[in-house]
Amino acid sequence: MWSFAALADLIHEELNAQLDPSWVLAVEMILVGLSAIGLFALLGLVLVLMERKVSAFMQIRLGPNRVGPAGLLQTLADTLKLLVKEGITPNGVDRLMFNGAPFIAMIAAMLLLAPIAFARDFQIWDLNIGVLYVSAVSSLNVIAILMAGWSSNNKYSLLGAMRSGAQIVSYELSAGLSVLTIVVLAGSLQMSEIVASQADGWWVFKGHVPALLAFVIFLIAATAETNRAPFDLSEAESELTAGFHTEYSGMKFALFFLAEYINVFIVCAIGATLFLGGWMPLHIGHWAGFNQVMDWIPSSIWFFGKTFFLIFVIMWFRWTFPRLRIDQLLDLEWKYLLPIGMVNILLVTAVAILGWHF
Amino acid sequence: MVEEIGTTEQGDLIINVGPQHPATHGVLHLVITLNGETVKKVEPHLGYIHRSIEKMCESLSYRQFIYSTSRMDYLSSHINNHGCALAVEKALQLEVPGRAQVIRVLMDELTRIASHVLWWGAMAMDIGAFTPFFHAFREREMINDIMEETCGARLTMNYMVPGGVMFDLHPNFYGRVKAFIRQFHKKLPEYDELVTGNTIFRSRTRGVGVLSKEDAISYGCSGPTARASGVDCDIRKLFPYEGYGKLQFEQPLATEGDTYDRYMVRMHEMRQSLSILEQLIDNIPEGDFQAKTKAVLKLPKGEFYSRVETARGEFGVYIVSEGGTTPYRIKYRSPGFSNLSALDHVVRGQKIGDLVAIMGSFDLVIPDIDR
Repeated sequence: MWSFAALADLIHEELNAQLDPSWVLAVEMILVGLSAIGLFALLGLVLVLMERKVSAFMQIRLGPNRVGPAGLLQTLADTLKLLVKEGITPNGVDRLMFNGAPFIAMIAAMLLLAPIAFARDFQIWDLNIGVLYVSAVSSLNVIAILMAGWSSNNKYSLLGAMRSGAQIVSYELSAGLSVLTIVVLAGSLQMSEIVASQADGWWVFKGHVPALLAFVIFLIAATAETNRAPFDLSEAESELTAGFHTEYSGMKFALFFLAEYINVFIVCAIGATLFLGGWMPLHIGHWAGFNQVMDWIPSSIWFFGKTFFLIFVIMWFRWTFPRLRIDQLLDLEWKYLLPIGMVNILLVTAVAILGWHF
Repeated sequence: MVEEIGTTEQGDLIINVGPQHPATHGVLHLVITLNGETVKKVEPHLGYIHRSIEKMCESLSYRQFIYSTSRMDYLSSHINNHGCALAVEKALQLEVPGRAQVIRVLMDELTRIASHVLWWGAMAMDIGAFTPFFHAFREREMINDIMEETCGARLTMNYMVPGGVMFDLHPNFYGRVKAFIRQFHKKLPEYDELVTGNTIFRSRTRGVGVLSKEDAISYGCSGPTARASGVDCDIRKLFPYEGYGKLQFEQPLATEGDTYDRYMVRMHEMRQSLSILEQLIDNIPEGDFQAKTKAVLKLPKGEFYSRVETARGEFGVYIVSEGGTTPYRIKYRSPGFSNLSALDHVVRGQKIGDLVAIMGSFDLVIPDIDR
């Protein structure tokens, strides 16, 4: 069957026939980089449109429906508008930090695309500490937000950035602990092995209560880490106008905006990989026929289907819940999620040692 | 480090919220002094939308000056017009026909529901939930359509005139109002599910921004804001006008005076207004919709005051007449101004997020405050 892996192999063979190996590596790196940028842009367009359509659905509206068929080209037009807009640097800002922050946000988001298994045998970089890499790189995002907020010379931005700093640093702990739950169960930090360990069932089903609990904590922490409602305090519109990116305009604003959506995609992709089996199809026990039909669906569709399902859930949160207050936000993490996560990891260790999971 | 709330010192963060800010719902300017996230002081600056309506009214005739009041509290324009018409009728000792009275009450209550529905959406938006706003507008649209058919306008109605109402009801009025009552009965529980029952919403509003009964009275608060603190101040009950005394409805009162209570009082008021609509819609008497009046109204010399209960509180009209065709002096007592004055007292020591929630629960309409 046609797959991304076959395509990659084909390109690799073609290049090897034409060039010598060191050039092949260089060309492949450029190709991978370009496709990562392409994926970044494409995901940004798709997710912004999806958000607008989902919110329209929840709010009994139609959403964008003028540009292109059913408004499909709306985000393309918006991006074009943002590209040609003047990128204003206000007086009194720290120019280097102000202009650098959007790029750091974008680079941090793009780096995270590397260890994600998009389909069967299709991964940019299957490093052996994939999960650790993701937790490490995803925390770079807070640097960009703090830089933007501090350098903007605006009190709203500063407040937003400080809130965001407190929030991301806190929720990273819970996210990390819930990810560790699966690492304990799967016995590996490598993405491909975590996916392979779910061939006979996804961890959210196999891992009993601890995995389910970890999944819920992960969803909450992921929403908080990506600064999305109900945890969107860093850009709380009704309080801080636009929070840390109040002073940004044009493409610099668009980069922040895109980075936010890519981060949403990535946390959902990680969630899908760890808890919902990544590209693994849904298999139910001994139903051979059913399993075969499921196998027939391409692995990339499984992966993107699960990821977009989680994205939909996160959007659902955004358009339903009111916003928390900063002290309640920190209470939720330090008083509830973190202790529960710690107990949960003890529980899952017991489950893993005693072999209670399926 | 304990710092006194209500003082400004070096190192405090002073932020201008407004005149253009998503939370102020208009051109209100708040200078807030912050210590970190905690609000130490709020200083409202007014005047950005001052149109000197009171002064303008002095050169308008007694038929014309009513129209300018639609532009004050634009969300309860019917009720503002009603108050002015009542003052003129009081001075002329005009008897308003029964049909006109019922029409006026129906319009007032529809306006009250429309205003509270919009407030509900805006308050949810202040707290961070966007979706309720659109759901609120679905119901508000129905009322606006009803108004458009009968009054010819959707926002600044100018429907109440001295002696009655300007036009008779549109034939579609009965059917549309009944459809609205059915729809609203179905949707109110949905409102509660979406916002009232939400844990985040409750934790954001319970015990936040407490206004005690004594403070509510001394700041001159009125309407739902004061009733949430337990002040018995519904003009419709205390000084019934236009047959409100004959109607069966309750005045929702709460005791805590926090943001949640102000929210709940308004939610109950919508139910009460709905029940008033139900009582009246089948009992509109036949007859004239306007009393016979002279083309040019001349008020006798003297001072006349009338008050009505708008969606935001007590609206008072004070006319000083020298016996001519235009008033000598007009003073409006707008509910928003007094309610806003309590904001600083209530907000001190709360977080910025609470400031926005409390402002939402006060239901401020800026043109009402500034006039």
